Amino acid sequence: MSPFSCIVRRDLLLAFRRRSDVFNTLVFFIIVVSLFPLGVGPEPNQLRAMAPGVIWVAALLASMLALNRLFAADFADGTLEQMALSPEPLFLLVIAKVAAHWLVAGLPLVLIAPVLGIQFDMPSDAIMVMAASLVLGTPVLSLIGAVGAALTLGVRGGGVLVALLVLPLYVPVLVFGAGAVVASGAGLSAQAHLLLIGASLALSLVLSPWATAMALRISLD
Amino acid sequence: MLEAYRLECTRGDRTLFRGLSFSVAPTQLLHVAGANGAGKTSLLRILCGLLSPAHGEVRWGGQPIAATREEYAAQLLYIGHSNALKDELTALENLEIGGTLAGRRCTRDAALDALQELGVGRCAQLPVRALSQGQRRRVSLARLALGAGGAGGAGGAPGIGSENAAKLWILDEPFAALDTAAVTHLENLIARHVGAGGMAVLTTHQPLAIATVGMFRIELEYEMDARL
Repeated sequence: MSPFSCIVRRDLLLAFRRRSDVFNTLVFFIIVVSLFPLGVGPEPNQLRAMAPGVIWVAALLASMLALNRLFAADFADGTLEQMALSPEPLFLLVIAKVAAHWLVAGLPLVLIAPVLGIQFDMPSDAIMVMAASLVLGTPVLSLIGAVGAALTLGVRGGGVLVALLVLPLYVPVLVFGAGAVVASGAGLSAQAHLLLIGASLALSLVLSPWATAMALRISLD
Repeated sequence: MLEAYRLECTRGDRTLFRGLSFSVAPTQLLHVAGANGAGKTSLLRILCGLLSPAHGEVRWGGQPIAATREEYAAQLLYIGHSNALKDELTALENLEIGGTLAGRRCTRDAALDALQELGVGRCAQLPVRALSQGQRRRVSLARLALGAGGAGGAGGAPGIGSENAAKLWILDEPFAALDTAAVTHLENLIARHVGAGGMAVLTTHQPLAIATVGMFRIELEYEMDARL
């Protein structure tokens, strides 16, 4: 087995044995989304209009909440040192870790979001576009978040700091992600928005693992 | 051959050591001694490449390790203070993952043999959470037996000759939390590794009873702060 698939398999196994962490993220997402109708009132038109933004912001916060789990445990028990000393390039191992993290923290959000869309009475084609934008967008959130998580490793109060570092970088994804759904609701094509999210996915896939690996080496120093 | 050239290490605003040069050749064992806080762990982390020295460099086969990180990593086995074990995984899973991560071919049988050799074969299927401190240390150290090919191991020529083995062992307090039987066993394991042409650098506060020709010792001195 290659070190890459070894890390993916290990992180999925760990997530399976610590299931409560996975459910925390998902339940947080569902609750935040469900609070809005209670706060704003049950006017269907209003709910339909704000659904894309609400679901996207909640997905953003939920994936940020899961970030502190990304490297903290490996850092504390010394596994991260072993990864840094592995003959395998560190950025590859970072991609493996982020991939596993997305499968555990991002994919469940993508799968549950259409159900929440129905709760907001979104039209079915808008729900499709939203699912597509989340499939493309949540990996970007995990990749950008990994840089923040690596930089704040071992820092006290790192949770708040990671939010300050990462949330501004999430803005483009949020704008295009929610924008895609709004556009399709207005009868326009969502293609341009989705392409832009795809572009940011490609860009962050190239830059973020490299930056994360650098940040991890600094944190270990 | 591992060479340290005029290493200087500062932590905070304190200089731990300065102008430290030495070399470790095959069949040599370096024992780094010194009081708490003298910089033993920092020196070991510098030798691994985890920490960058304030001045000087570490060379492996004449090349600075920063330039040949991946080749160097393939020859290196580092066991630090922390055991690098996951509480939720079993001893066997931990060892297999540790071996794979270090770039070694690691079959289930080889991992079981290594655990057996360190005397924790019976705990192979237990989650590490359920093990005692000493047993965890043994599981962590089983990576040494894995790297060495294992004494009774299934795979080919044991020791340093095989491509699968790490040439350089860097061990930070390997004897901590071990009982006397395990200490003797680990000493034998290290002696066998060094005797077969390997190199080892280790720190310990215990007197070392390893009968190997090439053992030498570096004593790091703790520079007292004048105000204390």
